[in-house]
Amino acid sequence: MLTRRIIPCLDVREGKVVKGVRFRDHVVMGGIVELALRYRDAGADELVFYDITASPEGRRVDRDWVERVARVLDIPFCVAGGIRSVEDAREVLYAGADKVSVNSPALERPTLIDELSQAFGVQCVVVGIDSLRDEDGRWRVRQYSGDPDRTRALARDTLDWVREAQQRGAGEIVLNCMGSDGVRDGYDLEQLASVREICTVPLVASGGAGAVRHFVDVFREAGVDAALAASVFHAGDIAIPDLKRQLAEHGVPVRETRSAD
Amino acid sequence: MADVVLIDAGGTNIGSVRYALQRLGVDAAMSDDPARIRAASHVILPGVGAAGPGMARLRANGLDRLIRELEQPVLGVCLGMQLLFAHSEEGDTACLGVVPGEVRHFPRETGLRVPHMGWNRLCIERDDPLLRGVNDGDFAYFVHSYAAAPGPHVLASSEHGAPFAAVVRKDNFCGMQFHPERSANVGARLLENFLSL
Repeated sequence: MLTRRIIPCLDVREGKVVKGVRFRDHVVMGGIVELALRYRDAGADELVFYDITASPEGRRVDRDWVERVARVLDIPFCVAGGIRSVEDAREVLYAGADKVSVNSPALERPTLIDELSQAFGVQCVVVGIDSLRDEDGRWRVRQYSGDPDRTRALARDTLDWVREAQQRGAGEIVLNCMGSDGVRDGYDLEQLASVREICTVPLVASGGAGAVRHFVDVFREAGVDAALAASVFHAGDIAIPDLKRQLAEHGVPVRETRSAD
Repeated sequence: MADVVLIDAGGTNIGSVRYALQRLGVDAAMSDDPARIRAASHVILPGVGAAGPGMARLRANGLDRLIRELEQPVLGVCLGMQLLFAHSEEGDTACLGVVPGEVRHFPRETGLRVPHMGWNRLCIERDDPLLRGVNDGDFAYFVHSYAAAPGPHVLASSEHGAPFAAVVRKDNFCGMQFHPERSANVGARLLENFLSL
């Protein structure tokens, strides 16, 4: 049986892993390779590296660190941020990333999803979606959410965009629920369950993890395939081996790793 | 020391497979030159992408005939394994046919998530040196939408909606549907076993 995945997300800026409140007050946490291996040893199922310098400034992802990670890491990883073309994606994938994730550039030019899936196969193409509930009760997509000064609300309905992204060749959807992001009050189960219903590809939950029970809830109640989180792992509030043990106790299938691994 | 050649058939995972071999102390060459491939002690056909373009690329260099004639151990990874079978439903593609069987899309039934993406268990079907040190229930990392049903040459199966072939071997031709280069210690062990064949 396919297990549910736990995915730590690492923000990368100029070749270092940083933490901070999005674009403000970044503190360097350490080297990319060292942190990637630490999460691998802890039993992370996959890693996402989000290049926070890349997308808003229109810069390309620096290939050097992708290759350094690929040389040592023996679990899959995805690179997000700054991928605007087939050429950008090719550089990152040939450097050793398993998947690329596109968000704002796909909203600017949805055919990017078609181009990527035709060039590399749907299994390489992740579409990230930032979504927020509007006052009329509907979820709509946000663009450039990485930069508070540039974030834009779009007229595009989140569920419509999820359908379109799949038709165009998304092999996986990461739904970042902005209403719960950073609040650590749990994932947005209602929104994730609604998206899950219309999603035939794997769905990754993002935004809101603060405690082990939030992971239990998002797998059991929203039926997602994977849960992504950043600060709870980086701050050491949740240890992945303990999280997986508790998920297993609650009947969620997970890959438990031996401590000797 | 094994003299490993990775066949460059356009798969984006060729670098990752090469790095995984480096972690085992083996510096593999990448080549599409028939003479170089023929001279190798071990040949790996990595692969990410679609069956049609994959076979077209092999045929363009005459590598389809060459691979069929190889007598040293050959390993197909992911799409590379699918190309070892006779036929793939993906693009209605005639494949290498060195392992009998048909590659089909996962059942398009309600609720089954495709691509099959993530860590799944290996169910050992038959003892083989390729599986030495790998235990029933060990995890491997899969990403694929097509798979072959378990046939007479399956060494290990996995399950997504229905059982499918995860590791196959017929004579010198081996295939792994998952990505050993991304399957942590289990993947490293499988690659090591292949290099010991």
